[in-house]
Amino acid sequence: MSGFAKPLKIAFGLIVIAALIVVPMNFNRYGLFILSQWAVMAIAAMGLNLTLGYAGQVSLAQGAFVGIGAYAAAIMTTHGWPLPAAIVVAIALSFAVGWVLGYPALRVQHHYLAFVTLAFSTLAFLVFRNESWLTGGIYGISNIPRPHIFSIATNKPLPFYYVCLGSLAIVSLAVWWLIRSPWGRAFMALRENPLRAQSLGVDTRRYTLMAFAIGSALGGVAGALYAPLTQYIDPVPFNLSLSLDLLMMVIVGGAGFFLGPFLGAMIAVLLPEWLRFTEGYYLMLYAIAVMGLLIWSPTGILGILDRYLAERRTKAASAQRAVAKSRLETVQ
Amino acid sequence: MSAVLEVTDIKKNFGGISAVGGVSFDVREGEILGLIGPNGCGKSTLFNCILGQLTPSGGEVKLDGKVVTGLRPAELNKLGVSRTFQLLQVFPKLSVRENLILAGQEHQGSMASRLVGRSDAGLTEAANQMIGFFKLDHLAEEPAGGLSYGQQKLLDAAMAFMGGPRLVLLDEPAGGVNPSMLTDLKERLVAINREKNATFVVIEHNMEFVMSLCSRVMVMAEGTVLAMGRPDEVRKDPAVIEAYLGH
Repeated sequence: MSGFAKPLKIAFGLIVIAALIVVPMNFNRYGLFILSQWAVMAIAAMGLNLTLGYAGQVSLAQGAFVGIGAYAAAIMTTHGWPLPAAIVVAIALSFAVGWVLGYPALRVQHHYLAFVTLAFSTLAFLVFRNESWLTGGIYGISNIPRPHIFSIATNKPLPFYYVCLGSLAIVSLAVWWLIRSPWGRAFMALRENPLRAQSLGVDTRRYTLMAFAIGSALGGVAGALYAPLTQYIDPVPFNLSLSLDLLMMVIVGGAGFFLGPFLGAMIAVLLPEWLRFTEGYYLMLYAIAVMGLLIWSPTGILGILDRYLAERRTKAASAQRAVAKSRLETVQ
Repeated sequence: MSAVLEVTDIKKNFGGISAVGGVSFDVREGEILGLIGPNGCGKSTLFNCILGQLTPSGGEVKLDGKVVTGLRPAELNKLGVSRTFQLLQVFPKLSVRENLILAGQEHQGSMASRLVGRSDAGLTEAANQMIGFFKLDHLAEEPAGGLSYGQQKLLDAAMAFMGGPRLVLLDEPAGGVNPSMLTDLKERLVAINREKNATFVVIEHNMEFVMSLCSRVMVMAEGTVLAMGRPDEVRKDPAVIEAYLGH
């Protein structure tokens, strides 16, 4: 069975990627917007998954980093800078701010850390709203241009969807590399047992700061794509509720699982749309579905799969032990 | 033989309570020093002060003649000091091999090189050797959380050696381990001590284990050193008999 598992996984992955490229060609403008939003939110959730799911550092500020990235991109591109340059600045800015925000995590943990990051989220929102000379205040920034990629205009929804999808692919590969590297193992050690990690030479201070900074930088990338996607930004989308939405995406998908943010973002962005046929009840049904899922599986959707696989492994190991025991008894 | 570790007048107070009250000793290169004493006498607190997990209220720790008091545990580990804990501290979701790779990876290259380099930090071979050395071959791919208590204790000890340490502080390595695995553990520790000239300090309540493993034994009571000497000398010390051995 295990011999088939890897090719099966690769085949399934290729089918999903092909579907994400081909199927949206027939989507209308709104469908493409929702799918692009899914890709953007999946990037932001992947960042939070790194900070929270892998490194175990609670953050309620990911929405603020999406805002920082969005404003950096909006300000730069409306002043004639190309989007790739704006993305680099968004990454650098979010990384630096995320690094600084990581310092409280060296002293406080869990819900105390959540409150520190919540305060930062509020602070960022106030800056977006009140510093109108830079951010446009409550009127926001409009006419945010979409880029030309290799001389191809991405003004229309389909080309820009491919920009979002391509960015998601690049970020996914980078995160996949990171979590499989010794850094990923060190992040996990930081989450599971910081005391033991320290005694094995893991510099928990630097890894904590890195987990915050890299996770925040991915929030910045998402923001830098969000601005040209909506082509207008104001402070409201980046308030605390976005951070809570992103947290829900990570937890519902499965914190600490690579594919968790993809599924979580799918549920948070797409499920309400699919439920729209219920008209006035769609948000209620959505809330009930999420509550039901988390009661059934607090470790998220991928937690269910993980539990199933763990049970199978345990059964196989028990069977092996039983066979070994019976052989031993036969010999005796 | 030169002293690898020199501990001078280490004190640790928690509020008004003195947990360690001015302990001094040294550990020579290649030595296995046993540290015994009744529960609550300050052994683990002393370990934590030496290893940077607690800041001592007074005193000094020297490693190879250099003062290392107050260094963080990760910094001490980089200098070749490793430890195990009283309670199991393996990473249950990682496989046995991955636990060992994690235990050695921070000693390979710089932080940046570990990001762009190989995912196993070039340690698979070394981990496999350690797995073989501790007789865990058949469990290499198993999640550490699925191992028996004794097997996890062996893994815990093996992890302490992955960074190639000069000095290892073992906190109750024999606690809860069945007799056959205890023999395995002792054999492995003696082999590492002889082959790599590694130096050990061992906290242990299992008297037979300590007396047969250690070349010197230090006895603590109420935060201070009660006796120090060869195992046979310590066994006969009336103060030790009264305070701890009780027979």
